[in-house]
Amino acid sequence: MTSAVVDVQDLSTHIVSRWGTVKAVDGVSFAVAAGETLGLVGESGSGKSMTCLSLVRLVPRPVARIVAGRVRLDGEDLLAKSEAEMRWIRGRKVAMILQDPMSSLNPVFSIGMQVREPVAMYHRLRGRALGARAAELLGAVRIPSPAARLRNFPHQLSGGMRQRVVGAMAIAAPPRLLIADEPTTSLDLTIQAQYLGLLKELQERHRLAMIFVTHDLGVVARVCDRVAVMYGGRIVEIGPVRRIFTAPAHPYTRALLEAIPRLGARREQLTAIEGQPPDLAALPAGCAFAPRCGQALERCRREAPPETAVGAGHATRCWLHGP
Amino acid sequence: MSLQAVDPAALALPEARAEGPATLRGRRLPWIPVGIVAVFALVAVLAPLLSPADPYEQSLRNRFRPPVWEARGSWAHPLGTDRLGRDMLTRIMYGARVSLAVGLLAVFLAGAVGAAVGLAAGYYGGRVDAALMRVTDATLSFPVILLALILAVTVGPSFLNVVIAISVILWARYARVIRGEVLSLMERDFIAQARIAGAGAWRIITRHLAPNTLNTILVLVTLQVGYVIIVEAALSFLGAGIPPPTPAWGSMIAEGRDFVTSAWWVSFLPGLAILLVVLAFNLLGDWLRDTLDPKLRQL
Repeated sequence: MTSAVVDVQDLSTHIVSRWGTVKAVDGVSFAVAAGETLGLVGESGSGKSMTCLSLVRLVPRPVARIVAGRVRLDGEDLLAKSEAEMRWIRGRKVAMILQDPMSSLNPVFSIGMQVREPVAMYHRLRGRALGARAAELLGAVRIPSPAARLRNFPHQLSGGMRQRVVGAMAIAAPPRLLIADEPTTSLDLTIQAQYLGLLKELQERHRLAMIFVTHDLGVVARVCDRVAVMYGGRIVEIGPVRRIFTAPAHPYTRALLEAIPRLGARREQLTAIEGQPPDLAALPAGCAFAPRCGQALERCRREAPPETAVGAGHATRCWLHGP
Repeated sequence: MSLQAVDPAALALPEARAEGPATLRGRRLPWIPVGIVAVFALVAVLAPLLSPADPYEQSLRNRFRPPVWEARGSWAHPLGTDRLGRDMLTRIMYGARVSLAVGLLAVFLAGAVGAAVGLAAGYYGGRVDAALMRVTDATLSFPVILLALILAVTVGPSFLNVVIAISVILWARYARVIRGEVLSLMERDFIAQARIAGAGAWRIITRHLAPNTLNTILVLVTLQVGYVIIVEAALSFLGAGIPPPTPAWGSMIAEGRDFVTSAWWVSFLPGLAILLVVLAFNLLGDWLRDTLDPKLRQL
């Protein structure tokens, strides 16, 4: 593996509210190399999105604060940067695609004006060169007749098309790291497959490091090289995608895989994970998954398990594999 | 039963009005209010060219001439004369200048200040929002007429003071409505997306938030022109507005009120002008609101 584009060490983001401190991200570490895709998987509220926002230092202030850790992008610590430096890095070095294409474009401006804005900002282009580059970007995300589309307004485009436009704006720089926060969740299945193909294509062309947030393990299998499974603000298991699917180490990962409905499986009903996602404001002392875990030991309820290696590049936080 | 040829145009569904910039296409302009506003605006701009006489020229021999359709009326003074023999038509035309100028100036001044306050409060939130909104609430609780009277008594009535007095109160309405709009816009992904792309506060406010509130500002501006004209007329009526002899509709009503039984036109005609203009602006504002943004019903 080549040196990492982004290297996150012990990142912790807390949300302070009237009901107590929520450890939304709690000691998260991972690294992503150029051209590699890391899948970030977990239930709603497991801290996936908060982790991504922490990387670009856009956690909702003043309630949320990054309290500890290091985020190195090409060796530079982003958490030590000034706000002005951070603004320069956002978009140029790290780009992000959000979930909802219906609201991620400004309804009052044409596609052209919106695509030209970041291009003009990053490359100081003007006039004809700017227009040509904008059309080129739309072409790169496989939008037919880009020159004509530049004159359209967002409401004239379908969800899939809009998400492509968002993708075009994201690669305007092009960045080093692309964070895709459930970019295909609200798209049709066929459109979803096309979009994933497009993302892979863009990634290969620009050698992007990519973090792909999703709760859909099917999507993970298609696009990711490695997977990090999050639960209760922590990464409970991280490893190569093949290992995660064939030899999951953490009971939660296993439960997630069993919850995927399979065609032809002789099951009367779908397997669901018993119990509720944990209340992050009142996490148990030990492993956060222990109350829902079928194999929980006495120790699981008392002590949080440390990260343990269970294979090449494969680690988990579970006492079953305890040191 | 035979299959009948169906006109494909008849099957076409009306084009859905999707989210996005509302268009004025497909909605007929309300010609009557637009016409009234246009006529008054034209008259105001061209008053020196169109008016038959000098608004200040007195002629004591021609006092209280009735309008042309009355028994003693004549075409020399189509709408009659006032107690100093000044031509009513001319003075009403010049009065339109005052009313419309005060109305537009005050509304734009208040709109600019109020929109800026609303954008800042909605964007920054937290303490900035709390502080700005308390000032807004305090301002909204202050009666316009009272403030204008105080201003007129202390620094003397003038055109500029009327505009300032009205704007000082009026901006708060804009601030509150725009803040509400901004708060809901801030939840939308395109604001988050802009931040992630490296946009700073200024860029987000001017390029993303402000353009999305333009519809609301336009509706509010139109609806408030009528209100401002009424306030200006009330101030002029009370002697705290535009000082005489400048013709203003409010002071013209005041001058004529002692003679209402004998010379009704001196008070009635400027009143009619106020009624027409205010009604026209309100109808236009209602129409704009329904067309651009039906959510703004409560305005």
